[in-house]
Amino acid sequence: MILGKVVGTVWATRKDEKLVGLKLMIVRHVELDYKLKNTYVVAVDSVGAGVGEIVLVTSGSSARQSALTEGKPVDAVISGIIDKLDISVK
Amino acid sequence: MELAKIIGTIWATQKDKNLEGLKMQIIQPIDVHKSEKGSPIIAVDTVGAGVDEIVYYVTAYEAVIPLEKKPALADAAIVGIVDKIEIKENLL
Repeated sequence: MILGKVVGTVWATRKDEKLVGLKLMIVRHVELDYKLKNTYVVAVDSVGAGVGEIVLVTSGSSARQSALTEGKPVDAVISGIIDKLDISVK
Repeated sequence: MELAKIIGTIWATQKDKNLEGLKMQIIQPIDVHKSEKGSPIIAVDTVGAGVDEIVYYVTAYEAVIPLEKKPALADAAIVGIVDKIEIKENLL
């Protein structure tokens, strides 16, 4: 999984019918110190994430491994909201 | 599978219910000479590795296979702790 910051929401009335009802959020990837990276992804929210929150993003075919996204054309899911990171500094 | 070093842990109380109770480690992918390769990722730990240990991990859907509760939103899972790496340097 990778870390990202929720920076926005996507509204799309015309889309694959399997995506109807799914909340689509724009997630900008971040470093471990939460510094913003220059890559984004549109991810389905499965945990009630809000804009500005640091989240965990699951990608690829694993993104369909939930009741919410099973059998749907989804390759990125917000799977967690980060409380804290513990990093061992060498 | 790929090699990595454990560099930390993440805490996320609000998450996919089938990931609950699983330790999620921050891992830094490394090459066979243990030098960093690419950026860190988060992997579910099913073998109980500790910080600074060298492990190997699987990615994509295979990361769900070691987990008890399925389906689960895991795309990387630590599946082994490395004791020793032996390399025939002349073959690299």
